[in-house]
Amino acid sequence: MNFETIVFYLFAALSVFAALRVITSRNPVHAALFLVLAFCSMAGIWMLLEAEFLAITLVLVYVGAVMVLFLFVVMMLDVDLVQLREGFWRWFPFGVVLAAGMVAEMIWVLGSRRTEETAGAIHHAANYSNVKELGRLIYTDYVYPFELAAVLLLIAIVAAIALTHRRRKDSKSQNVAEQVEVKRADRVRIVQIPSEPKAGAAKTE
Amino acid sequence: MIELLQTIQQAGQNLLGPIWMPLWTLVKIVVIVVPLMLGVAYLTLAERWVIGWMQVRIGPNRVGPFGLLQPIADGVKLFFKEIIIPSGSNKFLFVIAPILSLMPALAAWAVVPFGNGMEVANVNAGLLYLLAMTSLGVYGVIIAGWASNSKYAFLGAMRSAAQIVSYEIAMGFALVCVLMAAQSMNLGDIVRGQQSGAGLFGWYFIPLFPMFVVYFIAGVAETNRSPFDVAEGESEIVAGFHVEYSGMAFALFFLAEYANMILIAALSSIMFLGGWLPPFNIAPFTWVPGLFWLLGKMSAMLFLFLWFRATFPRYRYDQLMRLGWKVFIPLTLIWVVVVGVWMQTPFWLW
Repeated sequence: MNFETIVFYLFAALSVFAALRVITSRNPVHAALFLVLAFCSMAGIWMLLEAEFLAITLVLVYVGAVMVLFLFVVMMLDVDLVQLREGFWRWFPFGVVLAAGMVAEMIWVLGSRRTEETAGAIHHAANYSNVKELGRLIYTDYVYPFELAAVLLLIAIVAAIALTHRRRKDSKSQNVAEQVEVKRADRVRIVQIPSEPKAGAAKTE
Repeated sequence: MIELLQTIQQAGQNLLGPIWMPLWTLVKIVVIVVPLMLGVAYLTLAERWVIGWMQVRIGPNRVGPFGLLQPIADGVKLFFKEIIIPSGSNKFLFVIAPILSLMPALAAWAVVPFGNGMEVANVNAGLLYLLAMTSLGVYGVIIAGWASNSKYAFLGAMRSAAQIVSYEIAMGFALVCVLMAAQSMNLGDIVRGQQSGAGLFGWYFIPLFPMFVVYFIAGVAETNRSPFDVAEGESEIVAGFHVEYSGMAFALFFLAEYANMILIAALSSIMFLGGWLPPFNIAPFTWVPGLFWLLGKMSAMLFLFLWFRATFPRYRYDQLMRLGWKVFIPLTLIWVVVVGVWMQTPFWLW
């Protein structure tokens, strides 16, 4: 057993444990934090496969951005645990079927001859750039699927905003362009006020 | 310098064999972390001096000659203070949060080159690694705010989460411009890409000037420094996310903030200001070792951090969000296109 295998089992055990805790922990914030741990250990496993671009992107996108927003929402929500557990047994058979389906799928993919042929760890030279290779493939061979996926995502973003954005009638906001454009003349008025009238001044001295 | 390092490396390899590699890496880590911690300590002193002078005060001058031992005194004081853990808090997360905020600030230094070939790890995807590490820093803040079970801490954490997610995008796009210009994600190669006979005119801050400004301002926001320190916001939410922390736990947050400042200063010097390269390729400038040029550029950037703090009032939360989403992100997107087109023309000289 070499060092890499030990590290692999360490990360694998950690990610299985974290994934289990995601669904079993009672506190939703803890569950979200365990999901972060699961992502990090998966990134470690991908790093062992020399897929450094995917590993770092997983940390950057999922851990650094998506999970932060998840936590943001979960921490703000007032989650009622009893209500969450209410439909557990009703949906349990459905969950079991789904899980069994996924396990079967994984066995099918991992057990196939094609996986066996390609799965052996391919070691590259130290100056091999995973990022460059991936970029070349995405923008040449797979440019249409890639652009299609990008357009789909864009549509999803626009749709999500269009569906959820409501303009409240009572909300107030500043028009920043208007504020920036303000000149001194719009705010300050210089008024020439004559000093004391002559008649009043006469009474002193 | 490099030859000396290589001789040591070779001799160690012959002497110790397989255990040399981890040992040598450990030595490199110590060589970076110890000066970094000293730098953090004296940056706090420099901050108090600079702000003092800007406000026509003297600043710390009691402890040791010219107040030079002030950071040591502060450290000792914090070390001996009691760490109070609030009874309603989540104890495990409360203790782990300061560690989570310091860890990425230190881990990011692994790929920072201090000179030609002087880095702990020469990583091809170094730029991505840095982005990933700086984005992890927010967890310390969020977890601290939530685990404290205090409304001020929680408000600070929420503000920080929203702020960091918004500014990270602009930061990422600014770095996309750098990686387009350098055609590499390796930080060493990025500096070498700025090397030319023209000296400082070959550095990326000239073609990418708007990105340099965006990157640095986003960096100030990312480190929760004034004028973007809404996560602390003394006048609104007491001390924000670390209101419940005391003693060394508080000191760790402090260390993380200053280590992050030094990191951002180092990164903007490396990516836009030519890293270890001298500004002019003529005799007196080329005599100075590269490390000192890098440290000089970092000090100049750090001075900007302190200058900002002494000058600008805190941004209001909605202004902060507007600046991030409506100004920086469109600007960076446009500049990515501009650089892309520019690089196809013969006018691209870098």
